[in-house]
Amino acid sequence: MDITKTFEIKNKLGIHARAAAKIVETANRFHADVVLEKDGYEVNGRSILDILTLYCPKGSRLTVSLTGVDAAEAMEAFSLLVDGKFGEL
Amino acid sequence: MDDNKAKTFVMKGIGVSPGVIIGKAHLFNRMDVQAPFYKLSDPGLVKEEVDRFLAALQESETQLLELKNKLVDSGGGMEPLYIIDVHIMIMRDRKFIDLTIQNIREMSVSAEWAVRVTLQKYQEMFDRMEDDYLRGRISDIQHVGQKIINNLAFKHHAPPELPEGVVIIASDLSPADTAQLKIDKVLGFATDVGGKTSHTAIVARSMEIPAVVALKNITGAVSTNDDIIIDGSSGVVIVNPDPEISRRYEWKKKLYEKAQDDLLDYAGLPAVTADNRRVDIGGNIEFIEEIPSAIYHGAEGIGLYRTEFIYLNRQELPDEEEHLANYRCVVGLDGLSWATIRTFDLGGDKFFPDKKSFHEMNPQLGMRAIRFCLKEKELFKVQLRAILRASIYGKLRIMFPMISGVEEIREAKGILAGVKKDLLAEGVQLGAEIEIGIMIEIPSAVVIADQLAREVDFFSIGTNDLIQYTLAIDRINEQVSYLYEPLHPAVLRLIKCVVDAGHKAGIRVAMCGEMAGEPIYTMILVGMGLDELSMNPLAIPRVKKIIRGVTLKESRFLLDNVLALSSLEEIKAFVGEEMRKRFPEDFSDIGQ
Repeated sequence: MDITKTFEIKNKLGIHARAAAKIVETANRFHADVVLEKDGYEVNGRSILDILTLYCPKGSRLTVSLTGVDAAEAMEAFSLLVDGKFGEL
Repeated sequence: MDDNKAKTFVMKGIGVSPGVIIGKAHLFNRMDVQAPFYKLSDPGLVKEEVDRFLAALQESETQLLELKNKLVDSGGGMEPLYIIDVHIMIMRDRKFIDLTIQNIREMSVSAEWAVRVTLQKYQEMFDRMEDDYLRGRISDIQHVGQKIINNLAFKHHAPPELPEGVVIIASDLSPADTAQLKIDKVLGFATDVGGKTSHTAIVARSMEIPAVVALKNITGAVSTNDDIIIDGSSGVVIVNPDPEISRRYEWKKKLYEKAQDDLLDYAGLPAVTADNRRVDIGGNIEFIEEIPSAIYHGAEGIGLYRTEFIYLNRQELPDEEEHLANYRCVVGLDGLSWATIRTFDLGGDKFFPDKKSFHEMNPQLGMRAIRFCLKEKELFKVQLRAILRASIYGKLRIMFPMISGVEEIREAKGILAGVKKDLLAEGVQLGAEIEIGIMIEIPSAVVIADQLAREVDFFSIGTNDLIQYTLAIDRINEQVSYLYEPLHPAVLRLIKCVVDAGHKAGIRVAMCGEMAGEPIYTMILVGMGLDELSMNPLAIPRVKKIIRGVTLKESRFLLDNVLALSSLEEIKAFVGEEMRKRFPEDFSDIGQ
């Protein structure tokens, strides 16, 4: 299964260390491959340093692509996390 | 020994923990060990070097986990544990590991060097980021890299054992550093950087040893074994003092300790006048680490817990559990019969690193405290939920700052009631006696104190702001700061007005501003009829001494006389003389 969804980063601080850590934690709960894309750059959703260097301040558009048997389930988790502003402002 | 006498010099910084200490300096430098950066002599050594790197990674992670456990065990209120989790995640990052191993292979260099090159590469990537805050996250990666390098280097040289009974000189101290020190054997701290809230300051205050920070370059100026004097009250550090100076400071140290010891006799006594008027004495704190000292100096409750530092000095907003971890430490403690927790009392700019979007011409009159909280309700609710949850542990008072009118307190109470309802619906148990109060610190609130009194269970007068707003002076502005004067007749009348309105409505009236901890004003405040005085814990013993040495009757008489005077100068002279007459040794240094 292959799912792609684009999010807008809405929390004030953007994807900083703690938010990136939450993305990795979420990715690690599933089997699906996680690829994050912004402005044509793609990184591995299991690497906190990749995510940080992707550089996503507030207002960035981040595309999450999931491949694997539990991709649908994983996308639900990512939607909750990102649309929920990582539990921040 | 060298025949040349070492030169005496003085450095000035910020005193963050009071007291005087004379001792030997010890330079604490976590980079004591020069990391070996070298080319591998033989490509066959690559595998060995990679293994060494992987072992250091493992060791670094183990150390972080141990540190985390230690912090959890110690309550962990202040330390954001998630930072440690983030650091561990960086250590486990495949890219980070692969890149470093690749550096060892391709460049044929030591693991230390390879890590350094990896850090450099990330530094370049972060340097290109526009957003200040995100760019600053490089510090987390550097921290991790440095830790790994230290572990690699320590394999060659064991870290030096720190001697006991020394003054620690450092650039700055992190929790990991102080964990390495035999902290109970340290006499004092002096550091290059830092402020009132840095880790060094917190540790020093909790141990009641002197500390001076922000000395800029003391690590460059002082050598291990230099004689050194630290005056943590004034922020002065004297290196290589000559005998004359040493003698003077020995004397000062004795005086300091003696003054404390004498007065400490009063710490445990109730603040009750000779004619039986009891005043409750609270301690003002901003860190839970200050609680032991508050109790020691005679606080009967926490009269003001400033919660701002839960938000500051950190990268992200605290969540409900982090708030609660702090609040539960101040509520229901042995020896403290109540805790007044004040909700967030700073400008909105403190929340977000992007200061530009919050720039205000006049922040003192701007979007701050309750105004900010009523605007950012979701954020406010997080704090309120945690405060309410803490109520199950003991007597809790919740206090809203900067109330200027009835609408604000009603709205705040409305939100609080909503939060309470949610918690009860979730099955959370709450304490039975939660009191709601407000700071009285805006003149408008004084004028309508009778109306506000109907809305709340208590008032607490914040004299610092009340004086500023009443006299229209910015205390930080040196041109006008001379006008800041608690004995201004207008200020005294306002305070009296608040106490009278509160008592008429049958509610408790406290004072938590600096005025409450200045013994020269104590009789006036007793005469006013304040129910509680809350202050810096160190000030408590002397205030208790004054209260126990006077009667309510004579305090009222003094107040009546003061209120009859019209000029500030007359009032100051009169109060000074009266207090000196009664307590010559306590007020020998007051004017005239």
